[in-house]
Amino acid sequence: MIKAILIFNNHGKPRLSKFYEHYNEDTEQQIIRETFHLVSKRDENVCNFLEGGMLIGGSDYKLIYRHYATLYFVFCVDSSESELGILDLIQVFVETLDKCFENVCELDLIFHVDKVHHILAEMVMGGMVLETNMNEIITQVDAQNKMEKSETFIFQSTRQDR
Amino acid sequence: MPAVSKGDGMRGLAVFISDIRNCKSKEAEVKRINKELANIRSKFKGDKALDGYSKKKYVCKLLFIFLLGHDIDFGHMEAVNLLSSNKYTEKQIGYLFISVLVNSNSDLIRLINNAIRNDLASRNPTFMNLALHCIANVGSREMAEAFVSDIPRILVAGETMDSVKQSAALCLLRLNRTSPDLVPMGEWTARVVHLLNDQHLGVVTAATSLITTLAQKSPEDFKTSVVLAVARLSRIVTSAAIDLQDYTYYFVAAPWLSVKLLRLLQCYPPPEDAALRSRLTECLETILNKVQEPPKSKKVQHSNAKNAVLFEAIALIIHHDSEPNLLVRACNQLGQFLQHRETNLRYLALESMCLLASSEFSHEAVKTHIETVINALKTERDVSVRQRAVDLLYAMCDRSNSKQIVAEMLSYLETADYSIREEIVLKVAILAEKYAVDYTWYVDTILNLIRIAGDYVSEEVWYRVIQIVINRDDVQGYAAKTVFEALQAPACHENLVKVGGYILGEFGNLIAGDPRSSPLVQFNLLHSKFHLCSVPTRALLLSAYIKFINLFPEVKGTIQDVLRSDSQLRNADVELQQRAVEYLRLSCIASTDILATVLEEMPPFPERESSILAKLKKKKGSSKLPDLDDVRRSVNGSTDHAENTEATETVSAHSFTDKLNLNSTPSSGPSLLVDVFSDVSSPAATDMSEEHFPRFVCKNNGVIYENQLLQIGLKSEYRQNLGRMYVFYGNKTSTQFLSFSSAVTSSDILKTQLTVHAKTVDPMIEGGAQVQQILNIECLSDFSDAPVLSIQFRYGGTLQNIAVKLPVMLNKFFQPTEMTSQDFFQRWKQLGAPRQEVQKIFKAQHQMDSDVAKAKLLGFGVALLDGVDPNPANFVGAGIVHSKTTQVGCLLRLEPNTQAQMYRLTLRTSKDSVSQRLCELLSDQF
Repeated sequence: MIKAILIFNNHGKPRLSKFYEHYNEDTEQQIIRETFHLVSKRDENVCNFLEGGMLIGGSDYKLIYRHYATLYFVFCVDSSESELGILDLIQVFVETLDKCFENVCELDLIFHVDKVHHILAEMVMGGMVLETNMNEIITQVDAQNKMEKSETFIFQSTRQDR
Repeated sequence: MPAVSKGDGMRGLAVFISDIRNCKSKEAEVKRINKELANIRSKFKGDKALDGYSKKKYVCKLLFIFLLGHDIDFGHMEAVNLLSSNKYTEKQIGYLFISVLVNSNSDLIRLINNAIRNDLASRNPTFMNLALHCIANVGSREMAEAFVSDIPRILVAGETMDSVKQSAALCLLRLNRTSPDLVPMGEWTARVVHLLNDQHLGVVTAATSLITTLAQKSPEDFKTSVVLAVARLSRIVTSAAIDLQDYTYYFVAAPWLSVKLLRLLQCYPPPEDAALRSRLTECLETILNKVQEPPKSKKVQHSNAKNAVLFEAIALIIHHDSEPNLLVRACNQLGQFLQHRETNLRYLALESMCLLASSEFSHEAVKTHIETVINALKTERDVSVRQRAVDLLYAMCDRSNSKQIVAEMLSYLETADYSIREEIVLKVAILAEKYAVDYTWYVDTILNLIRIAGDYVSEEVWYRVIQIVINRDDVQGYAAKTVFEALQAPACHENLVKVGGYILGEFGNLIAGDPRSSPLVQFNLLHSKFHLCSVPTRALLLSAYIKFINLFPEVKGTIQDVLRSDSQLRNADVELQQRAVEYLRLSCIASTDILATVLEEMPPFPERESSILAKLKKKKGSSKLPDLDDVRRSVNGSTDHAENTEATETVSAHSFTDKLNLNSTPSSGPSLLVDVFSDVSSPAATDMSEEHFPRFVCKNNGVIYENQLLQIGLKSEYRQNLGRMYVFYGNKTSTQFLSFSSAVTSSDILKTQLTVHAKTVDPMIEGGAQVQQILNIECLSDFSDAPVLSIQFRYGGTLQNIAVKLPVMLNKFFQPTEMTSQDFFQRWKQLGAPRQEVQKIFKAQHQMDSDVAKAKLLGFGVALLDGVDPNPANFVGAGIVHSKTTQVGCLLRLEPNTQAQMYRLTLRTSKDSVSQRLCELLSDQF
């Protein structure tokens, strides 16, 4: 099971956090900090797996991560998940974001936090992998966007927005 | 067309985020956020109904603020309202907010459940998916209770869309994890198994995950899944990649599903049916073969996916542990990976080999890789990989290679990461004991361990060496000689002093013949370390001294002089003082015969499971440890703890473990690391400890806080409106606490009601020592908050922060008052105004015992008045709360109802806030 999915940048600023087990807000922030410290001190070219920090459950959990340019994508999983499988999943996630945003960058994640959540929801549900097929995921996301467009089109551009 | 065009973002949101990003300081950011929160709050509260777009915008802002680590305490209701909207956009954003921000205990669950129920019944697949996602993400018990019977129905219904089936399968899986007792088994199970044949691979994947989890719970119900899983796997493995279209990932056919199917098969033993079995073997062979084929792509994703399947196949082969041929092939394949240039593969190969090492078919094959693994330990740059190498060495160790492996681990220990040292120490200690042919090697190894990594040698380890030396008389002389030599070093670790003190005290006579280690020399050597040691070690040394008096009458005078010195007889530490007094007296009055009987050599310890092994299991979780056939011993080894104390209580009847229970070890690696970092950045917010707070309502002394490092004890006394509290800080580790400081803080309101003056405390606490701090307390007026004790210190270079809610409550300033029945009722009537009385009816949390209740009420501070209440089972009490400004009289009545297991508590005082607070405090106690 996936316990948490975290995205933060090279300075440890969280860009997405999704916990599939309940923690209070403070603990969530501490877990993000702890994970960042564990992951960011690692060299490039070392392996993509390490044991989880104390807060997330120690050595019963693994952190599986990838580092892309300015962002770290970290999945915290228990022993029932395949390490390389999760690594593939991160890749699928990133490729999907890339397709949806056209050359995704950190700013896209910041300004479209809702979209990123929706895309993630198509892949992972309640800590379990729902779909790994990128085309299927993108089809779903497209369908959502169409529905959204048809509903919100009227509001665009005319409003004084603050 | 990109799915999200960049122009359609919400401008208000973009402006807000840009503002935040432009903030120069944390203060500016907080200010901007508070402004925005106020804005959103007023919009939500405002008269104008918000349109969907605005609601969405505000919820997005709240999500962003939450992500930055700020608490969001409103908007939940608005989100719940969005759920029942008919517009997809609104519904979707409502669900998003709920799944990110609402926790499973929220009182809104019922409203949310209503919305979910409507959406599940809507037959609109998009809405159904949103609802199922929400159930899976929140996963609370209430939700499970509400929907657990609907979901299997949706899952197996013929008309359900594929995407909904997928969600329903995972939703059910999630509920099974959070509330397994609620998920009903039934006729749907057979139909779920048949989902393995579904056309849609996404549905098959989700169903496989679900079945794997359910099969672990009740294997019999899902036995038929094996046939279907093998068939499915076989079709995937032998298919041309092109057949599976979208589920082909970088030229690998459905890797994710393959992994899941292989996991499912690991829930069952190898199939008994010969045809099925050979079909599975064929699959596994094909997977192994494919690795040798030239790659279809140079991309790392291709090899990743291929190897994900391979490692899972190997895991299944190991699980079956029945095909020697496959096992050896798996081992060879992993052997190749050990030298692969991809670090990930080296890591996984080491991890899988650990499992292979425990199979008798492949143990020898694994052993051939020992040089590579040792090399990995020495040269890998990555600590995660080195750790796996240590695990593997431990797993592959047997009598033939134990000396080499132990030697390598010892030499690695000198440079090992701090985070894994303790674990290596435990492993070395276990291997050395398990494979020792002659025990001199064992003794040497353990003493080396203490020399190299003394700080990481836990008590279990040195207890164990003493147990073994006591039980094996062939090694006692050697042990005495070796510790004597080791103690010659100018600086030796305290653990060595402990072992040395114990062993020389028992077996010093075995080496006393040599003039270089005569009794006096031995004693002087030990005593030269005495002053550098912590209290428990000194206590142990004192016991060693009295043993010396028995072993060597010629040094009796010297030792008596030491015991008689002021630094012993008048030692500030009670334990040391008592030992010195008693031992001195014993040596003076007892005859040689009595001494010899009292101080006889320790009898052998009963054989039990090694306490070290138990500790390692606890540390690592037993699943990760290849079992070194210790099951045999663990059967009767449940009480290793008693054994530990036995080992410490050498001669004296005193318990070594004084008020500071010294059995626990300092926190190990990972937490240390975190603390280092939290120190560099802003200190992590500490959670305030208040779990013991309620225990102090009716008593004044006890332990208020304890963690692995520190124990805080309290003694307090109160008189009228004044109080004095003695706080004892006990260092449970063997290392100093530096820059120790502790301060008492109160909220602004509390400051006007209660003053607490804390005396300064010594900035350093030695290992094992205890220091005391005095707090003077004055109650100015009645209060309901409690002051907080904040403690800060450095332990091993890391800053520790602890906050403890101090048990200073209003009832501490009670003076009990005796009065007659007549007075009581007169006062009771006078205090009859509605707000002066507070009453609470509550369920008993503890057994309803009249004596206990009486003791609690007396501890609470009131006087108990007999014969006032006509019903003798009821309690009536009276007292006066003293503060500097006023005195508040208080009457109380507690009526137990044993039949209903309830109490009714009534309080009347002249001040409503006092009644309220006292009632809160007291009602929690029963």
